[in-house]
Amino acid sequence: MVNTTPTTPAAHRPTPAQRPTDRRKTGQARRAVLPTTVLWTLATLVAFPLLWFLLSSFKTGGDLFSYPLSFLPRTWSVDGYVRAWERVDFVRYFSNTFVVATVTTALTVFFCASAGYALAKYKAPWLSVLALCVLSMTMLPGEVILNPTFTVVRDLGMYNSLAGVILPSILTPTGVFMFRQFFITIPEELLDAARIDGARELQIYFSIMLPLARPIVLTLAIISFQWRWNDYIFPLIILSDPDKFTLQIALRSLIGAQNIDWSILLAASVISMVPLVALYLVFQRHITSSDLGAGLKG
Amino acid sequence: MTASPRDVVAKGPGTLPASASQSRPAAPLSRGRRGAHRRYVITPLVLASGVIVLFGLFFFWPGLLGLTYSFTSYKGYGPLKFIGLDNYARLFKDSSFYAALSRTLIYAVFSVPLGYALSLIMALAITNPRAKGTTGARIVFFLPWLVSPIVTGVIWRWMFGENFGFVNFIIGELGGKSVPWATDGNLALLVVIFASAWSGAAFNMLLFIAALNNVPVSYYEAAQLDGANGLQCFRYITLPAIAPTSVLVILLLTLGQMKEFALIQALNNGGPGTKNQLIVQYIYKTGFAQANVGYASAASMVLLVILMIIALVQIAVSRRANEAW
Repeated sequence: MVNTTPTTPAAHRPTPAQRPTDRRKTGQARRAVLPTTVLWTLATLVAFPLLWFLLSSFKTGGDLFSYPLSFLPRTWSVDGYVRAWERVDFVRYFSNTFVVATVTTALTVFFCASAGYALAKYKAPWLSVLALCVLSMTMLPGEVILNPTFTVVRDLGMYNSLAGVILPSILTPTGVFMFRQFFITIPEELLDAARIDGARELQIYFSIMLPLARPIVLTLAIISFQWRWNDYIFPLIILSDPDKFTLQIALRSLIGAQNIDWSILLAASVISMVPLVALYLVFQRHITSSDLGAGLKG
Repeated sequence: MTASPRDVVAKGPGTLPASASQSRPAAPLSRGRRGAHRRYVITPLVLASGVIVLFGLFFFWPGLLGLTYSFTSYKGYGPLKFIGLDNYARLFKDSSFYAALSRTLIYAVFSVPLGYALSLIMALAITNPRAKGTTGARIVFFLPWLVSPIVTGVIWRWMFGENFGFVNFIIGELGGKSVPWATDGNLALLVVIFASAWSGAAFNMLLFIAALNNVPVSYYEAAQLDGANGLQCFRYITLPAIAPTSVLVILLLTLGQMKEFALIQALNNGGPGTKNQLIVQYIYKTGFAQANVGYASAASMVLLVILMIIALVQIAVSRRANEAW
């Protein structure tokens, strides 16, 4: 019914087994052809750059540039991967990035949940001010205060350390508001009942409210992990010692080279994505079930 | 449908006052339990303390420091030397600053509508009840979200290589001339625009899917009885119903594009030359590579004001959109 995508010519996907005897079914199948074609044409377009990149990484160095280009590697080779693994100290960069992403994510979830709960369930003038402050962070991203943030991190003695990358990126307004919106939907009666039963305020939060927010915890954890894994600009300004680099910064040194060694670069890029893809496969249902969006929307 | 003002997201700045008043006063002061009042003051303070400290340390303090720097000739070390509005005066005569700023605006003007359209089309295609294989398509649509901006840059640089890229190869096969994707400034920016739409579409698609699923089916049924076609349904039912989400997506996209950095660094490093140097790259270069901290801070403050104006305009638009709906 709602269909605005440009119709794509040809390439009708074979419709699932049609039974000519069942007229209704045939009609349904026929009506499914156009939306299905549109959907999968789009999916192909979206997937193509990724597929081309992935397949290219398995080509031999000469095959990469030999015309006519072939979609599939002429000879499958992991040479690029072997060389990338030798050239880039992946074990170190993976562990650095992993430490940054997990620690930041854990702290992000904890602090954002607590603050979100305070904003949702308590009322005080200073809380409204805090909400406004956090809100202002969406408009004024960290990118506009690069130099001063660098100074602060340096003065705290955290220059060139993973802690210096972790601490400034813990607080995200998105996280705080996700939790706030969630806790607003929790009925006040539940809170009152717990209070009448003599539960302490913090006890109510930790043993009743936080477990209720488990879906939001998972959602924010996934988003935050992805953000921190792929972070670029803060690690770039705060880390100077190659031993402390995160993956993205390490990749950057491959791209920055005068003559890019594409065979290494493609393979290294693929390797850098493996952990996130694995995470995605585990949580795929949770991520794509638009809970992620719903959580954001509250 | 009446729920639409609340739909505008957590982050939707416009909703704040409304929902704040919705949360009932938490402290039943009338109960008269001893110490209850006090406890309700201390508990939220304890809960929010982490965020308060982080906000102060890594947002408020750097913000203040940045403002201070912008009035000095600070080079990253030594005492601050105040030079008044000198930095700003120089900035407004600096052609490379204008170049970076206008390039960023051009980039945003083209990439926001494209990103918006792509994510909306993807969401529409996937929520179409007659389409088959939506689960698989969902997984595919979501893959770009996993790819970091740096790797996205690598992927698109590889696709659009001038002598070795797939796109030029296809153009060549079709009998066209090889297109200068890297050496022509405008074409190079076009590639960045494509890449950013591709990489940002998945997340916004989720927002749209949630919004589309909230449009009551009965509206479409009624419209169909009245003989409305697909396009009319989209124009008069779908678009107004998802207006709050549209505003949010556009706001998020605009703010995101204005601070683009990693993607363009990996794709063409602001090239050819400095033609596609965007504003954050300019700030990074002057502030770190050249250590002109004071000057870079002044540029940051200008960017900050621009971002604030963008956000405020969109909040105003979203308020009006909500009222109209």
